[in-house]
Amino acid sequence: MFDITPTEWTAILLSLRVATVATLMATPPGIALAYLLARRDFWGKSLLDALVHLPLVLPPVVTGYLLLLAFGRRGPIGAFLADYFGIVLAFRWTGAVLSCGLMSFPLLVRPMRLSIEAVDRRLEQAAETLGAPPWRVFFNVTLPLALPGVLAGMVLGFAKAIGEFGATITFVSNIPGETQTISSAIYSLIQTPDGDAAALRLVVVSVVIAVAALIGAEWFARRATRRLHGN
Amino acid sequence: MLHVDIVKQLGEFALQAAFESQGRVTGLFGASGSGKTSLVNMIAGLLRPDRGTISIDGEVMDDTEKGVHVPAWQRRIGYVFQDARLFPHLGVAQNLDYGRRMNRVADDPAQRQRVIELLDIGHLLDRRPGKLSGGERQRVALGRALLSKPRLLLLDEPLGALDEGRRAEILPYLVRLRDEARIPMVYVSHDPAELRQLATQIVLLKNGRVTSFGGVKVLSGS
Repeated sequence: MFDITPTEWTAILLSLRVATVATLMATPPGIALAYLLARRDFWGKSLLDALVHLPLVLPPVVTGYLLLLAFGRRGPIGAFLADYFGIVLAFRWTGAVLSCGLMSFPLLVRPMRLSIEAVDRRLEQAAETLGAPPWRVFFNVTLPLALPGVLAGMVLGFAKAIGEFGATITFVSNIPGETQTISSAIYSLIQTPDGDAAALRLVVVSVVIAVAALIGAEWFARRATRRLHGN
Repeated sequence: MLHVDIVKQLGEFALQAAFESQGRVTGLFGASGSGKTSLVNMIAGLLRPDRGTISIDGEVMDDTEKGVHVPAWQRRIGYVFQDARLFPHLGVAQNLDYGRRMNRVADDPAQRQRVIELLDIGHLLDRRPGKLSGGERQRVALGRALLSKPRLLLLDEPLGALDEGRRAEILPYLVRLRDEARIPMVYVSHDPAELRQLATQIVLLKNGRVTSFGGVKVLSGS
């Protein structure tokens, strides 16, 4: 039963690629946003907070369809990207990166925000009195001390990205070799007669990936915490 | 010379302080809640006065009328906090060198060695702050502030978090610091005995106001 076919491998590798790229691309803006929400007061903060959480509460189909309207070939952003940069997202794996990144964004930002909030501001003040400009304070003190939460956010985002289904299939469809991730492959297989065994194989694979990600996250977080507290 | 003339509203509490000190060690004396720490935070640039001016050796740090506020990181004022505030993710040596690195001061191994010997922290260099005792931590914090080559050193109850024995351990270092390091200091304390040993001038603070100013003698009146 565990002969994974080439089509299934394609879906597994695509899922890993999409989730990895989505997580890596979402991390810098995620950290920036987490910092803004944790440490700054500005006009429209609660609106921004609500906007970040929107993908979590909207039906995924709605998010996917909105992405299609905006980033499709004839959508305002999609047409602009295609005309000026030759970047096409709709029905491409890069589009899956966008939809997975967006759907996982709230889960990625939240632990980062909490860990930045938990950083002792008095240590940041100490760095200031020693001559560190604000960006140095951030990179030398705030970010290293928030690292366990940043890693936790990345892992949570990755796990969400790898399982994303609704928005992705709406935005980029379910094309084997291009946009067919593990989730959409399972969906197709379930609807195919005799697809049960193959579907089950992919189910096992996704469970293994999820558990491995969680164990990895735990390990990283423990190591980082230990290093921070110097034990 | 340190010149302070500020007004600051902190919730219900009104801080209004004016003094000018030429002393090597200006002792800031008052009960807890008298506004000592807020005042020191303003000198450091961590807190902005509502109105007034702060200057060091004629150089303006704050002047609300002219809209001048030099941020803390550009002031070159060393600050030793009551709770040390060493960076827990860096080793002692990295903590010590942090200010020098940030201020782009050239490496001065002789000075570094002097400070390390003065504070007796040579054997701690490879450790993490989490592994230090309270007294050791405070000595490293002192060294860290000194090595950033500040033009003024603020010490906010540096012995406050320590027990009697530890205090006796640190106090001699502070006296040596005063006599050897030639950096003007502002020393905050609510302990008259401590200030009698260290300070050359006293600012008496009560409920956010300066009630007296002068030599160490003013402590006997309190």
